[in-house]
Amino acid sequence: MASPIPAPDWQRIARLPEFRELIAAKRRFIVPAFVFFCAYYFALPALVGWAPALMRRRVIGPVNLAYLYALSQFFMAWMVAILYTRAAARFDGIVKELLSRIQKD
Amino acid sequence: MSTPLLMFLLFIAVTLAITWWAARRSTGSAAYFAAGRNITGWQNGIAVAGDYMSAASFLGIAGIIAFQGYDGFMYSVGWLVAYLTVLLVVAEPLRNAGKYTMADVLAYRLRPRPVRAMASLSTLTVSTFYMIAQMVGAGTLVALLLKGSGISYNGAVAGVGILMVAYVVFGGMLATTWVQIIKAVLLIAGTILLSILVMAHFHFSLGEFFDAITHVQSGGKVTNFLEPGLRYKPPYGAIDLISLGLALIFGTAGLPHILVRFYTVPDARTARISVVWAMFIIGAFYIMTTFLGFGAATILGSDYIRGHGGINMSAPLLAQRLAGDVFFAFISSIAFATILAVVAGLTISASTSFAHDFFTNVIHHGRERRPGEEVRVARITAFFVGAVSIGIAVLLGPTFNVAFLVGLAFAVAASANLPVIVFSIFWPRFNTAGALWGQAAGLVSSLVLIVISPSIMGNDATHLIRGTPLFPLENPGIVSIPLGFLAAWLGAGLSSEPEAESKFAEMEVRANTGLGAEQAAGH
Repeated sequence: MASPIPAPDWQRIARLPEFRELIAAKRRFIVPAFVFFCAYYFALPALVGWAPALMRRRVIGPVNLAYLYALSQFFMAWMVAILYTRAAARFDGIVKELLSRIQKD
Repeated sequence: MSTPLLMFLLFIAVTLAITWWAARRSTGSAAYFAAGRNITGWQNGIAVAGDYMSAASFLGIAGIIAFQGYDGFMYSVGWLVAYLTVLLVVAEPLRNAGKYTMADVLAYRLRPRPVRAMASLSTLTVSTFYMIAQMVGAGTLVALLLKGSGISYNGAVAGVGILMVAYVVFGGMLATTWVQIIKAVLLIAGTILLSILVMAHFHFSLGEFFDAITHVQSGGKVTNFLEPGLRYKPPYGAIDLISLGLALIFGTAGLPHILVRFYTVPDARTARISVVWAMFIIGAFYIMTTFLGFGAATILGSDYIRGHGGINMSAPLLAQRLAGDVFFAFISSIAFATILAVVAGLTISASTSFAHDFFTNVIHHGRERRPGEEVRVARITAFFVGAVSIGIAVLLGPTFNVAFLVGLAFAVAASANLPVIVFSIFWPRFNTAGALWGQAAGLVSSLVLIVISPSIMGNDATHLIRGTPLFPLENPGIVSIPLGFLAAWLGAGLSSEPEAESKFAEMEVRANTGLGAEQAAGH
């Protein structure tokens, strides 16, 4: 973490190309990830509510599609979390460079 | 003295000892409210999981699956996936831009006094709602455990309330964090044991287990509990499920007692790591609710549970049937510990919000007049919050499912808190009017819709208000969450606040880089 800088010039930092690149990079990951997990999740109540016949279909022995799709949500959430952690390590790198540049100025 | 009672007393003694130890170490506001910001990633992850796996998760979900099968499992799924909203959207900006409470983030750009007053009101409401559910769980549990000793549901609720106040008043955030960690480990251990016992009952054959789930005897007929539709039926079933889903997915990121956890760690990176830790612990736990809930459905059946303590007692009764009274006592102690710890976490976030946001910042313009005043006000608030939730829990009585009750708290949090948090972090045009409108609209609409919903209004004696429900859905999320966003957007759009807009640059830089963030103590 940066040592406390007396009143940084927020406006100037916010306009730095490196900072804009950080925001853009974060957006490029977070927005699609958010849209994906919402779509994947809300498909569950929608299918259960409006396509019950499909969801009752048995897939493995007595286990139906409804339960398997619900179970898959756990693995989906873990996957997205791991992918985000890896992406965020990259963001941390950009932040570190940015902060050292600000301190040099 | 009975075994359950002895195990209780032992746990209480151990946790009080931790509280005492923590109390000696914590001095000053940052220590009391944020544990000195020295909690590590995995510790905080376990503590977040501990805060989250409340009576609703352990007693509530097991019960709702035992009675209504697959539809109950939807709570488990939603409550885990919700952490993606926390991870992707709020955890890191919040740690970077805040100090003790959710309102700190709002106060950066907006006019602090009205915003803090409103945020404090919303925090107190959500926490009280959440706490009522814990009190109901505790009341039924203790009444069941001490059956024959003359202690009633009402007496049990009051007892838990008093213990919780002791934790918070003397220990603060550090004690609460350690109580959460111990309880989370115990809860996971108990759940694993119980799951193994359920599988042992079915000769460790998943096929046999799932076969049994498709032929559950309930109410005199055989039902497939793995099929959806036992709780959420047409014509409103699908909409109600989506409404519940919205509340669960977007409510977690607006829960004050979860959000304050991110202030106990040194930086945003640790906050992120702790969310991922929490997601693995919570996810594993929720997958095991399959065994607890369906195990109770197949091995005990809802008719037996209803006659021996009610829907919220499914998991402890399952333990009793599978391994006898000592294991029953063990599981009950864990459930009790769970409630105590969650209630302590809730009380601390509610009382912190009142002391820090309302008392210090709204009434006294951000200055403590005497050292330690803020901490003292927080301690007094803890007493009042405890008293109010004890009162409402006694009024509601033991029959409400606690997962369902907590689902309502999530709806209030998602409607009142999430819109303003998201807008103030990401929307340059957002301003004070937007925050006030958004919080007020989300809070009022979700509360009103709950009161006129089928769970409170009905034509028989089990409902608090007699009459045909005016709103057809159990959960208000699908209406109140968009209303919260809409009102926040309208409020901001219809007014102009150049100062809030010009400070967006500061917010954006702080939230994304951690520049100027609160540092850990002792560094």
